[in-house]
Amino acid sequence: MPDLETTFYILGLIVVIAPVLLMSILGITSLVDRKLSEAATGRWCKCTSAIGFTAAASILVLMLAYDTRHVVIDLGNWVHIDESATEHEHYHFVFKFVFDRLSVPFLLLSYVLCGTIAAFAVKYMHRERGYNRFFTLYSIFVVGMVVASLAGTIETLFTGWELVGLSSALLVAFFHERPAPVRNGLRVWVVYRISDASLLIAAVVMHHLHGEGDFGRLLGTDPAHPWPEGHATASGGNALAVGLLLIFAAAGKSALVPFSGWLPRAMEGPTPSSAIFYGALSVHLGAYLLLRVSPLLEAVPILAIVVIALGLTTAAFAYLIGSVQTDIKSALTFASLAQVGIIVTEIGVGAFIPFVWYVALVHLLGHACLRTLQFVRAPSLLQDYKTLENAIGGRLPQHAGRSMRLLPESLRTWMYRFALERGYLDAFLNEYIVGPFVALFHKLDELERRWTARLAGSDRNTANPDVEQST
Amino acid sequence: MNDLLTLPWLEISILLPLVGALCTACVRGAIAASRWCLTFAGATLVCTLLMGLAAANGVSPTGDSPYSLSHQLLGSALFEIDDLSTPLLPLVALLHFLTVLATARTKMARVSFSGMLISESIRLALFASKSPWLLIVFLALNTVPAYIELVKRRRPTRVYVLHMALFLVLLISGWACASSGESALVDLAALLLLAAILVRSGTVPVHLWVPDLIENCSFGTALLFVTPITGVYAAVRLVLPFVPDWALQSISLFSLITAVYAAGMSVVQRDARRFFAYAFLSHASLILVGLELHTAISLTGALCLWISVALSVTGLGITLRAVEARFGRISLDRYHGLYDDSPALAVCFLLTGLGSVGFPGTLGFVAAELLVDGVINVNPYIGIVIALAAALNGIAIVRVFFLIFTGTRRVSAISLGITSRERFAVLTLAALILGGGLSPQFGVNSRHRAAESVLHHTGSDGLPHDPHETPTQTE
Repeated sequence: MPDLETTFYILGLIVVIAPVLLMSILGITSLVDRKLSEAATGRWCKCTSAIGFTAAASILVLMLAYDTRHVVIDLGNWVHIDESATEHEHYHFVFKFVFDRLSVPFLLLSYVLCGTIAAFAVKYMHRERGYNRFFTLYSIFVVGMVVASLAGTIETLFTGWELVGLSSALLVAFFHERPAPVRNGLRVWVVYRISDASLLIAAVVMHHLHGEGDFGRLLGTDPAHPWPEGHATASGGNALAVGLLLIFAAAGKSALVPFSGWLPRAMEGPTPSSAIFYGALSVHLGAYLLLRVSPLLEAVPILAIVVIALGLTTAAFAYLIGSVQTDIKSALTFASLAQVGIIVTEIGVGAFIPFVWYVALVHLLGHACLRTLQFVRAPSLLQDYKTLENAIGGRLPQHAGRSMRLLPESLRTWMYRFALERGYLDAFLNEYIVGPFVALFHKLDELERRWTARLAGSDRNTANPDVEQST
Repeated sequence: MNDLLTLPWLEISILLPLVGALCTACVRGAIAASRWCLTFAGATLVCTLLMGLAAANGVSPTGDSPYSLSHQLLGSALFEIDDLSTPLLPLVALLHFLTVLATARTKMARVSFSGMLISESIRLALFASKSPWLLIVFLALNTVPAYIELVKRRRPTRVYVLHMALFLVLLISGWACASSGESALVDLAALLLLAAILVRSGTVPVHLWVPDLIENCSFGTALLFVTPITGVYAAVRLVLPFVPDWALQSISLFSLITAVYAAGMSVVQRDARRFFAYAFLSHASLILVGLELHTAISLTGALCLWISVALSVTGLGITLRAVEARFGRISLDRYHGLYDDSPALAVCFLLTGLGSVGFPGTLGFVAAELLVDGVINVNPYIGIVIALAAALNGIAIVRVFFLIFTGTRRVSAISLGITSRERFAVLTLAALILGGGLSPQFGVNSRHRAAESVLHHTGSDGLPHDPHETPTQTE
């Protein structure tokens, strides 16, 4: 009979390995051109989800039964360098998974929603050309979510974070024969890459401060002080820098202001992926990161104030924009974002009233479940509305909110336009960041072509950079 | 087994492609030539692997064998390997083998297989050269095959010739000053060598030859010329041992600027080959950044990144070359919709592309982490710039993936899917990239030993060294 520690270790490994197995099976069979049938794909998805969920639930039961609140599954040094010549230099890259009061609920939520959506998608995607591609990307997403949920070090988190980002962007572009989904997929990827860069820099700064990227060391969490009772060991400018970088990364991932523009664009993907990615799990990953580093917010009140401001701004912004949306997916998206804003605000407030962190966690779990249901129900709801309108022979009546009538006409018009243009956020980013960047490098490219042509002594038409001939 | 390992595998690895080139030149017909070339490239790969095995078993694969040609003729070994170069030779042989293997049948008539084997021999000799003048000779010879191909194809050569001539003049004069033993000439030597390395590595603003070569040369030749990153090898052997700190910092600064600039340029390119050129330049520059910071961790990161970039960028290049073989030169001003014709090529493109930008699970991830970790101890801002360059490169890879493989579906009368040879080539590289990423400790240990060896030979062990120490004194 294995002891408790060994049991935790084995169960923890199963939790992680189950989705990795699914990803390997779907990925390798696709690479060697031996794709699984729809039925086999569905069976593997359901089977691995059930195994992973059962192992995660078993861990929860054991933790409750033995009153253990912090279980660490340490896979040891993935990479380590111990410097012999210069004693002060060393490098450790540790893969560590932590099961605590924060990660276990989020992990269970991930498994429940992913499993449900897999079962839904097996039918929904039936005979779709990209069936196999959808489930391969889905499996990458599940691995990313599980790894990010359980991450005990910032490198582990970064691994999961990147997998979630890649699968999300590729699923937004799933219907790739049309240009719009592809353009939107690229937009999502750009925002993710920028926020990922912030997370990477945070990882590097943590390494610089502690010699490793262990959250436990940064946040002071251990079996005696499980989340959220830890006390951040970093302070002052270093803690502020790491905190701001993490907030920036979380803002990109959770589509907080000013990155909110990508969220409605992400709805171009298939409904099942929209449901779990942008309605439920992916969009909450930023909030989850903030919850994970909550002891840091407590140690540096400025960070908590920044988080509150960000959350409130996002909630107000999303409410306003969501009020004028005319399609169901966009309306749900902004409703979702408004709730994410409130959750983020709660996390910030938790720095002053720690109990609120639990409120934020429960809010996150409940909201994710509700929103997944709404997204999955959306297509049939539209059908129901259509049936209803056919039955009554006209449009269903819609009423504007009374509070809006209290505002002056000019302000209402301005707000309507502001909301319709989604706060001009995309326009702002396009005009002041993307546009100048692209223009600058196009100009440099043109100059390079001219200079190359001059060096080559040819009169090539530098204005038209099209390819001259094939090889 | 030990008897087998005592054979002079290093010399055999260098001579075998030359023999192969002679045989291939005598063969009529492109397909037969490609088979001969593939056989010799494969045999060379096996020889380099045996050489690595011999080195791992403590058997000198250089000149101890009674069959060693250079030992018999010169009385000493002409070629040498150490911790740094031991894995680089199998790497170079593998890149050549896979590039030959993945050559499309429709393009075989235009490819000079004997030229490829001669180039392989020169590159193997280059990476097996430790003696400065011998290395300089092979660096010079290495520039010739690409020039011959440009001439044969009647493409403009001036940009390439100007840059390579400048590189060689700077290198030769720099090393002549350095080896004169005159302490007054040390700074001048450092400046000349620094400039030579910057030109050869395609550092901004002397980088124009890289996109020009990749645009005008055949993709295979250009790929094999740039991806082993010989400029870094020259830097390690000729510059790192003695140049003063200001020169190292200058290389680091120029490389950082190149990494970001080239990453930005790759984001806006409208031609797939130019995109490839800038993506390569950005990745290769990051290696130089780590190389010049003179700490064991950053140097280990740089050396790991070297292997990672060579594998993943070659994989990316082979994939692009396979796409070009089917659809001609790819412009990036519209969506091509090639996914349904070649889904495996799309996956391989993404896999190798993301491997090159250090995506988690790939060898590049560990390398980038090590590099940034080492760098940040010296200067945190460099770490931020590297992260920015990686972000831009990631954006560029996915943008090009979307442009090539998504869009309105093409309807093709014939199958344009990946061939088994191409699949083998790209999957081998992908397996190495992912295998190295999932189990990186072995590779990191090897590169760390090499880094310590390099630092040991600089006489610094990671500590500031005397900038006025001449190479003759060091030796």
